Amino acid sequence: MIDFTKLNVGDRIQLSATIFTARDKAHLYLLNNNFDKIKDSIIYHCGPIIKDNKVIAAGPTTSSRLNPYTPELIEKYNIKAIIGKGGMDNSVLSALKGKAIYASAVGGAALVYAKNMTVKKQHMPEFGMPEAIWELDVKDTPLIVTMDSKGNSLYDDILQNSKNILESLI
Amino acid sequence: MPPEKNTIPSTETIACLYTRCATELPSDVCEKLRESLKKEESDTAKYILKTIIENIDLAKKESKPICQDTGTPIFYINCDNTQHLESIKKHIETATKQATEKIPLRPNAVDPITGTNTGNKPIIHIEQSDIFKIDLLMKGGGSENISAIYTLPDTKLNANRDIEGIKRCVLDAVFHAQGKGCPPYIIGIAIGGNIEQVAHLSKKQLLRNLNDRSKDEQLNKLETELLEAINRLKIGPMGLGGKTTALSVKIAKTHRHPASYFIGISFSCWALRRQSL
Repeated sequence: MIDFTKLNVGDRIQLSATIFTARDKAHLYLLNNNFDKIKDSIIYHCGPIIKDNKVIAAGPTTSSRLNPYTPELIEKYNIKAIIGKGGMDNSVLSALKGKAIYASAVGGAALVYAKNMTVKKQHMPEFGMPEAIWELDVKDTPLIVTMDSKGNSLYDDILQNSKNILESLI
Repeated sequence: MPPEKNTIPSTETIACLYTRCATELPSDVCEKLRESLKKEESDTAKYILKTIIENIDLAKKESKPICQDTGTPIFYINCDNTQHLESIKKHIETATKQATEKIPLRPNAVDPITGTNTGNKPIIHIEQSDIFKIDLLMKGGGSENISAIYTLPDTKLNANRDIEGIKRCVLDAVFHAQGKGCPPYIIGIAIGGNIEQVAHLSKKQLLRNLNDRSKDEQLNKLETELLEAINRLKIGPMGLGGKTTALSVKIAKTHRHPASYFIGISFSCWALRRQSL
């Protein structure tokens, strides 16, 4: 497996690994229960379409909704990487330090990601298809590191830059 | 050939509309995305737009949903005979179930209290009209979450009840959205009205062809100026920097109460899924 702590923002990676999808409901479940299977693993912010155990479409969902739960999740399960879109806040950036990274997938490009994914297992099916925890194998999935384990966030740079431009426009 | 007056579309016709809507991005949107790829200079922005275009082509070729979030189905029905409405609604309901199973669509209707996911529940708007038309918008949740309503004056933004004030609100909304709703965005804006009107009217702007321009001279000018200003923010595709933060801005206005001045802003992600009958 890649040593994620060596990566820098802007790096492009091809990920081959077992990953776990988790959205809002799954995060609360993971924090309130022990689900040891995800220890030392990778979280994917995604609510896929899966039919007959085949991944039909599986792009990322907006990560910022999960800001409030993520620092504790990283700590509790020693999460190595988080995949999503749109970036996460400074509390997450601090929690990533020395431990993990956040990588961005292209939102909406659901088929590009689905074509290299296979279903290993569905956990918590009672949460419904989008909210269940899907254990997936991914192969050569292209991602961009946008928050690294050294305290750098591409989102911070873009935010600051757009703020300066906005102030000059109004 | 003009559409036949008051033809009741069959369940099958509506199910086909769903398939087209979920799997084929309208050509005006594809065109704008391809144009923006030519303009971008940064590697990341180019890579993102290329991935988006690859995905659009895959979806069409394989007849699969463009995005796993197949959205909330919103139907806009224009019809002059209310007698037909009940049967149209029934056909929509059945077609929704069929499409959810067949395409497939992601079940996206969650009870907010019990948390139960019950499949898909279309929203249906009906308008009296001599011309029969059905528009379907499959509206993604990420871009719905960044949509906003402002009231003028807004002291925090130093925004008054004028063109400058409107611009400040829209730029503020885009600034706060950053890359959260899958840019490049298509942005529908409604000015004036009551609160439900600006939510509805701003979203309806997303149905307009991206090459369509407002017939109102001032709004036409504002559409151009806002698009330019938004793209100067350099938020870029997926919020990772670049020249293309929005593909298009569409604006409408409606009379307001003297006490009120609302700005409704409806965002769509790049995957603007709309088709019509």
